[in-house]
Amino acid sequence: MAIADIRQRPGMLLGGAILLHVVLISAQVNTASGLPVLQVVTFGSFSEVQRGTMTVVDGVRNLWSGYIALQGVHAENDALKHELQALQVRLQQERAEAQRTDSLRQLLELRERANLDTAAAEVIAASASTEFRTVTIDKGTGEGLKTDMAVISPAGVVGRVILPSGRAAKVQLLIDRNAAAGGLIERTRVQGVVEGFGDGSLRMEYVPGTSDVKPGDLVVTSGIDGIYPKGFVIGTIEQVDRGTGGYHLITVRPAVDFTRLEEVLVVRTPASREVPEGEP
Amino acid sequence: MRTAAAAAAILIALALQTTLAGLVIRGTAAIDLVLIVVVYIALKSGPVTGLVGGTVAGLIQDALSNPILGIGGLAKTLVGFLSGVLATQFILNGPLPRFVLLVLATCLHAAIFMGLYVLLDLRQFPDPVPAVIGQALGNGFVGVVGFQLFEWLPGFVDRRRAGRFLKR
Repeated sequence: MAIADIRQRPGMLLGGAILLHVVLISAQVNTASGLPVLQVVTFGSFSEVQRGTMTVVDGVRNLWSGYIALQGVHAENDALKHELQALQVRLQQERAEAQRTDSLRQLLELRERANLDTAAAEVIAASASTEFRTVTIDKGTGEGLKTDMAVISPAGVVGRVILPSGRAAKVQLLIDRNAAAGGLIERTRVQGVVEGFGDGSLRMEYVPGTSDVKPGDLVVTSGIDGIYPKGFVIGTIEQVDRGTGGYHLITVRPAVDFTRLEEVLVVRTPASREVPEGEP
Repeated sequence: MRTAAAAAAILIALALQTTLAGLVIRGTAAIDLVLIVVVYIALKSGPVTGLVGGTVAGLIQDALSNPILGIGGLAKTLVGFLSGVLATQFILNGPLPRFVLLVLATCLHAAIFMGLYVLLDLRQFPDPVPAVIGQALGNGFVGVVGFQLFEWLPGFVDRRRAGRFLKR
């Protein structure tokens, strides 16, 4: 009965016969690597079956985890977005706090190094006019501030107090057109007067044309003006030209970045007036 | 009875083929008697019997003379099956259709046989076309003559007997 059934299905019989022959041939032939073809084909076929099974399983798993199991994800997403925004705000606050801490630490170090009676102050306002380079600080006569007290920062000289009030003071920046300070070139000890030029740079005047000056030299306060303590950094010489009247025409780049001024120290100790070398 | 006749035909063809193995043209036997018998079985009995006959005959032939068992068997299996299918679809009683069928069967057999050997890098067949054509024509001619004789001989014997009986 079974044989009769098979005879009614010649296609099946042909497939079986072909398979039988292929298996028979494969069992006798080796591949280039020396392994029996039957073994290689069987392993290769089965590995494809395994791969296919794994693909189906992965597909079902991805379908489940990517689509079906997403209930509640929208609410979770919203909550996470809010949390992210809060964290971003907090991060900005922490960053600002860190910068402020760093700035105050530098100020404290300067205070200890300078060994002067100083008062820390915060810049609360800038000048309303570009013609006058001033800032307002949050300390005034209440903290012992007086006119012509020097104002410094960790980077160097900032300016002087020109208008103190009870709880605030106006500070004339060194880059103001009307500001000046006694300066000396640290390398050669040649003295001069550093003046603001109004454009953000400084000029060093009255430096004899015969003196040794070159770009890159550091200019510090000389202390002869009675305002700024001696030895604080003003800036570095940027350009040296031949001036009129036998003097150099020296351009100085300020050490302080006046556009990013936040905390300063006001020197309450009056500067002792230094007598220039050679003067009686 | 029919199966026994087919088996006997295959065995005779195999015996003859092994004794006529000296007739060789460029590495390929000029006449494949076993193939002719397989085609005849398929013509007379249909695709299934042709398939079985081709399988048995091919495997025995492989066992007797070929290094890989199954390649000749596969070729003859397919030839037997397809010949049987053609026989059920077309009228293949005349000499010319049978000749064409034998030529096609030989070409298909050679293609499968040589193709598998080359594919498996077991043997090369330099310039096989002339040999295959020669074998196809030889199989066609011998097969057609053999088929006619085989079909004509029983009737001829009966007529001779009947004639003798009438003379008496």
